[in-house]
Amino acid sequence: MAALPPFELILGRLPSLREQVLEDRHTLLAELAMISEIPAPTFGEQQRADFLQERFSQFGLTDVVQDDLGNVAAIHPGAGSGGAILLAAHLDTLFPDGTEHVTEVQPDRVVGASVADDSLGLATLATLPHLLERLRLTLRSDLLLVGTTRSLGRGNLAGLRFFLENPRLPIRAAVCVEGAPLGLLSHTSIGMIRGDVICRIPEQHDWTRFGEASAIVTVNEVINRVLALPMPRRPRSTVVLGEVRGGTAAHTVATRATLGFEARSESGHVVASLLHSIGRIAHQVAVQRGEHVELELVARCHPGGIGLDHPLVDRSLRIMSRLRLSPRMTPSTSELAALIERRIPSITIGITESSHAGEANETVLIEPMATGLTQLLGILLAIDGGYCVD
Amino acid sequence: MSTDGEAGGGPVDAWLQGNTYHHSDFDDLGALVAAKERLGTSISLCIPALNEELTIGKEVVVFRSELMQRYPLLDEIAVLDSGSEDATREVARDFGADVYLADEILPHLPRHRGKGENLWKAIYQLRGDIIVYIDADIRNIHPRFVYGLVGPLLARPKVGYVKAFYDRPVATSREMQPTGGGRVTEILVRPLFSLFFPELATIIQPLSGEYAARRDVLEQLPFPVGYGVETSHLIDVYHRHGLDAIAQTDLDRRVHYNQDTQALGKMAFRILQAFLRRATAHGTIGATPELGTALHQFRARDRDYQHVVSEIEEIERPPMIELPEYRRRRTGLSRDTEPRPGA
Repeated sequence: MAALPPFELILGRLPSLREQVLEDRHTLLAELAMISEIPAPTFGEQQRADFLQERFSQFGLTDVVQDDLGNVAAIHPGAGSGGAILLAAHLDTLFPDGTEHVTEVQPDRVVGASVADDSLGLATLATLPHLLERLRLTLRSDLLLVGTTRSLGRGNLAGLRFFLENPRLPIRAAVCVEGAPLGLLSHTSIGMIRGDVICRIPEQHDWTRFGEASAIVTVNEVINRVLALPMPRRPRSTVVLGEVRGGTAAHTVATRATLGFEARSESGHVVASLLHSIGRIAHQVAVQRGEHVELELVARCHPGGIGLDHPLVDRSLRIMSRLRLSPRMTPSTSELAALIERRIPSITIGITESSHAGEANETVLIEPMATGLTQLLGILLAIDGGYCVD
Repeated sequence: MSTDGEAGGGPVDAWLQGNTYHHSDFDDLGALVAAKERLGTSISLCIPALNEELTIGKEVVVFRSELMQRYPLLDEIAVLDSGSEDATREVARDFGADVYLADEILPHLPRHRGKGENLWKAIYQLRGDIIVYIDADIRNIHPRFVYGLVGPLLARPKVGYVKAFYDRPVATSREMQPTGGGRVTEILVRPLFSLFFPELATIIQPLSGEYAARRDVLEQLPFPVGYGVETSHLIDVYHRHGLDAIAQTDLDRRVHYNQDTQALGKMAFRILQAFLRRATAHGTIGATPELGTALHQFRARDRDYQHVVSEIEEIERPPMIELPEYRRRRTGLSRDTEPRPGA
């Protein structure tokens, strides 16, 4: 059997790999254009899953399946033995049902709903087998490619969590692929709770509380109290008040309003404490105003991950450095958290630069994609070569 | 008497069942490429375009990546531009299409503007034995738009012309929901076909801009330079080769920009001119009086009524085979591709 290449040889190959990837960049763009035009709100990913499954099958990957939660998985068989490398991207998007998904491919950018988050990640999964073949890169490890459902919002990573309950192969390491930003390197998961505070008032207008009787006013009271919560500087913690929904018209009393929030902390204890505090606020406001206020927990992640000195992180940083990328070390609350819960050494990386995140004109730049793909190939070669083992 | 909702019968329905396909019938692209190679056939894709910078890049990149690089079904992808004022040509070229300005093809001939003009010139410019025409304004592009149309031509030698249709009929518990074309199809073309060429009324979307045909069929057809081209083709192919030479493929959903009613009126005017010319030439109707070329339309804003007159004449190009320069070009091309003695 041929000797495995030293890690420095992998680093040395990166520039020429990048040139080859550049020549083949249209494959990724084609996948991106087709995937991004398929709507896939959380819990409504079926069409996009079918498409990805078709692409995996067309390429001749083995064991192409959709599981009970709609995750699409396929195996790109390796030449050797040992655990598989899992590559994951989420099928669902932030865009609700009914959003028009029309993608424009311009000379320097691709524009359209979900192109960055995470159509480009899925397009990368769909392109990778083709790319490995074109570049004549043979891995010893099996690649386990997974498009996951129910990742965002109320999905609470249910798809990947379900998949990991019955992994089809032992997994030695995992890479989550996000469309953007290029240079992203998440190796830890931040503790997180995501929830809704739901306020309801009786439908009959109460003139004795003129101006006060509104679910929106109640939500406002909750917001003021959450903002007054003491927030530790260390461990770093925050509460994001990301969404307010409520009311029907300017002249109509709002009978229902909802505050969507996410509490994050490097400490699981702080997250638990914040959850307790917000629950207490909901209870107090309900009692004081005589209204119905309830806290609904939507999603939860536990903090954890691998350290900066873990070989997977260290090698990834060296690969990025060779490709002249500035690493953006950000803790994650996405797929990485589910992998960390299973103690699988994992990172999240991005493929290109983006703008207008979450808008209908979400944009990704084409030119950096070759570097992003090369970075992924380098990381795969490093894991495959055994250079990322703790 | 009206027998609304009754299914038809006879040879037309037999054609409908036998010559109607779904794109998924041909989604084994490896097998399709093998069939193409076995037949020694070459296939060209023509995308006629005018100011389509928003959609052309996506079409070219998807077709090139999927149907040239991954599966070598197409031998060339050409954008025939009518003189776009936006970046259509630059974008298409950037993503690897061959780009031609329609006016620069056969430049010694009088110039005409129109989609049909581009389609006609594509026969001269492109090299394939089969030519696939795909509009440039499709917003949900997918390789099925090409392989669904090429499939019947590779599978059945007698089929020479394949039309696309969209929006699969929705099966409910006891019946099929009606499906059909756009507004001009349903209020002009299908009634005309039903009256004068009933067999052609079976074609679900006679005006769809996507179709594929064999060169030896296309080069024999006159080409109206505007929107009359599709109607004219169907009548002529039917007249020359019979209904069995025509097939149609369900390409599922097609998303594109709708035209306003005034624009559809102009389209209908052109189609009617082409239709009457055909129906007269084939003896389906008697001689018509000399037809006018002025279309009268009205615009109203409050009590301001404007009478708008558009001069529209659906000029026709002759069958390409009648052009000596085309015959010379084809002879030259076939000489270039034939193996040389002793080579």
